[in-house]
Amino acid sequence: MSNSLNTRGLVVIFCLLLSLFALVPTLLRGDVPSWWPKTFGPIQLGLDLQGGMHLVLGVDVDKAVESRVDTIIDQTEVRLKEQDIIYKRVERRQGDRLVVQVYDQDEGHKVDALMKSDFPALEPATITGTGGYIEKHFRLSDDEIENIKDYAVRQALETMRNRVDQFGVSEPTLQRQAGNRILIQLPGVDDPDRAISLLGKTARLEFKMVDETANIQEALTGRLPEGTQLLYERSTNRASGVETEIPLVVSTQTILTGDLLADANVRIDTRFNEPYVSIDFNAVGARRFDQITAANVGRRMAIVLDDTVYSAPVIRERISGGSAQISGSFTSQQATDLAIVLRAGSLPAPVEILENRTVGPSLGQDSIDSGIKSIWVGALMVLVVIIVYYQLSGLIAISALMMNLFFIAAMLSMFGATLTLPGLAGIVLTVGMAVDANVLIFERIREELALGRAPKLAIDSGYSKAFSTIIDANLTTLLAALVLFQFGTGPVRGFAVTLSIGIIASLFTAIFVSRFIFDFFLKSRNIKRLSI
Amino acid sequence: MQLIKPGINIDFIGKRKFALIISLVLILVGLASLVRHGGPHYGIDFAGGTLVQVQFERQTSAAEINNALTDLDLGSPVVQRFGDDSNEFLIRVERTTGELQGISVLITETLEQTYGVGQVEVRRVEMVGPQVGRDLRNKGMWAIFYAMLGILAYISWRFEFRFAIGAIIALFHDVVITLGMFSLFAKEIDLPIIAAFLAIIGYSLNDTIIVYDRIRENLGKHNKESFTFILNRSINETLSRTIITSGTTLLVVLSLFVLGGGVIHNFAFAMLVGVLVGTYSSIFVASPLLLLWQKKAVKPA
Repeated sequence: MSNSLNTRGLVVIFCLLLSLFALVPTLLRGDVPSWWPKTFGPIQLGLDLQGGMHLVLGVDVDKAVESRVDTIIDQTEVRLKEQDIIYKRVERRQGDRLVVQVYDQDEGHKVDALMKSDFPALEPATITGTGGYIEKHFRLSDDEIENIKDYAVRQALETMRNRVDQFGVSEPTLQRQAGNRILIQLPGVDDPDRAISLLGKTARLEFKMVDETANIQEALTGRLPEGTQLLYERSTNRASGVETEIPLVVSTQTILTGDLLADANVRIDTRFNEPYVSIDFNAVGARRFDQITAANVGRRMAIVLDDTVYSAPVIRERISGGSAQISGSFTSQQATDLAIVLRAGSLPAPVEILENRTVGPSLGQDSIDSGIKSIWVGALMVLVVIIVYYQLSGLIAISALMMNLFFIAAMLSMFGATLTLPGLAGIVLTVGMAVDANVLIFERIREELALGRAPKLAIDSGYSKAFSTIIDANLTTLLAALVLFQFGTGPVRGFAVTLSIGIIASLFTAIFVSRFIFDFFLKSRNIKRLSI
Repeated sequence: MQLIKPGINIDFIGKRKFALIISLVLILVGLASLVRHGGPHYGIDFAGGTLVQVQFERQTSAAEINNALTDLDLGSPVVQRFGDDSNEFLIRVERTTGELQGISVLITETLEQTYGVGQVEVRRVEMVGPQVGRDLRNKGMWAIFYAMLGILAYISWRFEFRFAIGAIIALFHDVVITLGMFSLFAKEIDLPIIAAFLAIIGYSLNDTIIVYDRIRENLGKHNKESFTFILNRSINETLSRTIITSGTTLLVVLSLFVLGGGVIHNFAFAMLVGVLVGTYSSIFVASPLLLLWQKKAVKPA
């Protein structure tokens, strides 16, 4: 008996020391050797407590498929011209369908042969003839579409990770989720709007030739020459700050894209003391840029970012160095952010915000303060009730309860769990429910004493009779907590975590620790009356 | 100290008709309120929408904020004072936008026009798209369903099937009443409320099981007595524990309700109602239900 008492004492002391060890980095924050937090980190606070941003972005994967088909259309047109195949037009229909219109069967067969050899991934589909020409339909296979979608999400995730890294957020979380969604958590972000625009900007940089022959007035009414589109050039008046939009007709064909960039940096234009972004092409891009500028001296080239024209300068001479500049009356932060997104690469498809939860740091601190205050006040009230009701034995229950809180905090640190506001509520709830196990035991002991048993015997049978009740009651609550954990997102999950940890800790403290304290005090004494 | 004398014998089961009326009234009042409002009042987590919590430097009122926002085409924004702080408000809009320049930015900029730059601090923004809202709602329903299923299985295994049915009906009773009270007090159902419901389920169950456990024990001990006697005796024997535990839990939930801050307020409210109803139901609902089952089982014999 005395042997087992020693062993149990050692277990309790070991648990206390281990918990203390785990909690030192949390309690002392910075003032510990660096190996310490590496073993047991300080308790991590959820975004709702420390402030920060929780974003779920949806990648528009259908757009990725469309733009893939558009790329194939461009390549097809080039190949058709090379092979001197006479065709009416090549266009995209219903998102994933490519249609080549030709005038007769012979050319049709040539198209079939060309497509088969050049684009084996395309499946030929129905052929319908209307109005004197033949339509050759091709569509991407379902597997290919899935691949494109999957790749789009992966690439979007990768690009966003690059952008976040350059933005400089400590410990960001970026995760892919089901349904083409990306979860991003940025703790402690102080300018959420900037973060959103940095992350979500598609940043598709394109160079297109301006069609000077087109009539702008007609274009505005929707009558555009074939192969052109209407875009707007955004410009801000330096003196008044008024923004204006100038319509421009440009060729739909993209002659160069941002994929061929090697670098992008912010520079200051000394004439107007205004920032601009200087871009450098890689070797392939530089060669293409050289050819394009050589062939189009005297014409205007539009620099288009996400369908907005930033500038459309006249090409004065052939540019061989492989660098260009994007100016467009930026503020210095806009220029910096543009350089970041250009360096990090464009998103393969546009994204939209599905969920955004942002908590400012001051609110987080308020929540911590009030959460902790309610824990202390709640615990204090419970303490008074239990001691008044159970006297000395109540004191034992209270020390078990205090140890319980201590163990919960330590386990949060050991498991690297995140403490959220509902998590704090879970701890408060545990305080209320943790005494339940001791109440059950004490009531049993009282019943046994009422039957005239000796204190030691009463304690013995009190504990053993209450045991199965306590297990049944706590396991069912644990069951509910585990289901919650499975289902829960973000903060709610934190509630399930602290509730589960709380149940385990309270089982240990109520059954094991309090029993040890009883036995320890009753060891050498042969008491007649139990203070309960 | 003792609140309940050891030999106490209150006829709880005898008052079951009275209890039935109380339960029915509570449920019907709640249901009537739910029907009148066309279902539960979902918060933005489940209905989708945008919520902005703003703190103002100077004194202002909900009407003044509403005025400032009239020029924005936002449907009808709901402006509420947040917590006890007189300068802090919640602005809720049903609309969401997937665009990067969110509604929250629009609201902030408009408020700054009226109140001045630097006079308005955005402390929290929550935007949930309708798609995500629907997903979360489905997940929430399933979570409650699975929790109930798991509990049914566990109790059937540890006790008997009729105990499991009794416990589940009692849980249903608690959740429906809490839901009704939410509707009656015009409180919103949000993600943390689902957590609160699961905690109520856990708590109420805990309570029910302790009474059931005693019933099981007494069934073995007093097999000559009537079932009603055993039920009454079991409830009386655990009464002291029920009062102390419910009391301490109520104390902490009350401290959460009063001191826990605005964000956690509705959660604490749900817990407050849940603990009260859960305690009541394990005495007056879960136990008499067993009797009902017993009578039915006896009749054919």
